[in-house]
Amino acid sequence: MRAAETLVKAGLRPVVLDEGFKAGGQIYRQPPVPDGREPEDLYGSEAEKACALHETFERIRPNIDYRPRTLVWNVIGDSVDYYDESADVAGRLQASHLILATGATDRTLPLPGWTLPGVYSLGGAQISLKAHHSLIGQEVVFVGTGPLLYLVSLQYAKAGADVKAVVETASWSNQLRHASGLAHLPSAAVRGVGFMLSLRRMGVPIYRGAHAIRFEGESDCGLTAVSFESGGRSHRLSCIAAAMGFGVRSEWQLAELAGAQLSWSDIQQQWVPDLTDHVRASVDGLYLAGDGAGVCGADAAEVRGELAGFALLQDLGHSVDASRRQVLEKSLKKQWRARAALDRMYPVPMHLLDELADDTLVCRCEAIAAGEIRHVLVRPGAEDVNRAKAFSRAGMGRCQGRMCALNVQAIVERAKEQGPQAIGWQRTQPPIKPVPMAAMADAYVPDPEGTRE
Amino acid sequence: MPGRLHHLQNPLPGKTVEFLINGRKVAGREGDSLLTAILTNHKAVRQSEFGDGLRAGFCFMGACQDCWVELSDGSKVRACTTLLEEGTHVSLPELKL
Repeated sequence: MRAAETLVKAGLRPVVLDEGFKAGGQIYRQPPVPDGREPEDLYGSEAEKACALHETFERIRPNIDYRPRTLVWNVIGDSVDYYDESADVAGRLQASHLILATGATDRTLPLPGWTLPGVYSLGGAQISLKAHHSLIGQEVVFVGTGPLLYLVSLQYAKAGADVKAVVETASWSNQLRHASGLAHLPSAAVRGVGFMLSLRRMGVPIYRGAHAIRFEGESDCGLTAVSFESGGRSHRLSCIAAAMGFGVRSEWQLAELAGAQLSWSDIQQQWVPDLTDHVRASVDGLYLAGDGAGVCGADAAEVRGELAGFALLQDLGHSVDASRRQVLEKSLKKQWRARAALDRMYPVPMHLLDELADDTLVCRCEAIAAGEIRHVLVRPGAEDVNRAKAFSRAGMGRCQGRMCALNVQAIVERAKEQGPQAIGWQRTQPPIKPVPMAAMADAYVPDPEGTRE
Repeated sequence: MPGRLHHLQNPLPGKTVEFLINGRKVAGREGDSLLTAILTNHKAVRQSEFGDGLRAGFCFMGACQDCWVELSDGSKVRACTTLLEEGTHVSLPELKL
């Protein structure tokens, strides 16, 4: 949205393809139909930013070609393949320059029972409330790590849900040890402390340093309880719903298809696209903004969007406001430093996979258990994550590895006693999300006889 | 049968949109995704093809692909990125919950 605004200001008319019903992405997602809630109800402390962004987008809308509900499923060279979900039509656009702002999805871990009905991703729980004004259940346990865990728990408690507990995997001492890094962005620290205090005031217990987490229930009924250990004691909380999220992971599939190089980030514990000048991918004419290019949060996403617009304009020979760019770069550096502190305070608890049982499902789509992945790794040639995928089908299902790829990688790393560099990432295959064959055929297969409807 | 999700009423109860689950008329709300509408009336959206039990969606943002549902005409849609429309007819696993 900020990138589009920057281009419009320079007199360009960009095409904006948005998978959402309405502009706003995930953080500033708008309900499909207004339901009488105020921005403060929807976005809390971020209401002002949300309104500013939505207003900006409404203002530039006459000057952009905006296409909501449009899924981009492939990029080859300068061709962008899309599927328009409202019209059920596929098509291809040619673009001399491409800005990708593909965002992020929840980082999940294969904990026992995580596929049970009633267990949702943390972001999903928030979307249910924010966009559709509904709770994932009346009694909810929140499991995971990081700021979003506290925010969504609090939003649920305020909306009237019985929040049984917040189950945090990071230890309190770890959080305190790295909290000084937030000095770069005191507002984040203040917000975070505010969430915790509000939860305490509302009587929601917070368990820290949690491990041995299980979602209990029957596969033909759904979740009935969450059990875990914390502070040397075992806990079991009855509930019909749970949300889990261990930070977020970059959605860079389109960037990879467009040719962007990826590198392993130790601090983010995931693969991220290589960037120069903050927003340039390793291919000419490709710019990456927002959490899809390494996770730095919503405020940074606005800055990165504007910087991506500037970089594109510069490549087109426009002059850009150098002092504005300096301000943006300075702000972004601060955001990255604060993000690094958060990543250290709330690391993805990959150690939980040390106790991953053979019968726990890792790939939701194909229902592949950890043992099946371990089993194929003894076969000759099964040295990397793509072979593990080919042999086991883990990551080959409808979600294309979004939910499991990093976890499959961790299993292979442990089995092979190798690091991420040697094991690699699951390569992206188009279409990155399911697209109806009929729409594809209409768009790409010639019909000279005119026999097709 | 009660659903899994819980619609909030304040400040507006929202306009009712009628649709069908296995031929039974049920009420959703204007602005619901098909997933929200189903799960406020029903406890799951599909059986896993691999025999590991029921699924009821997961990510709500079109990423995990767990919420594909069958419509009565045999076509399939991803429920979380589909807006509820009047008269939509979904075929869901019958539950003994």
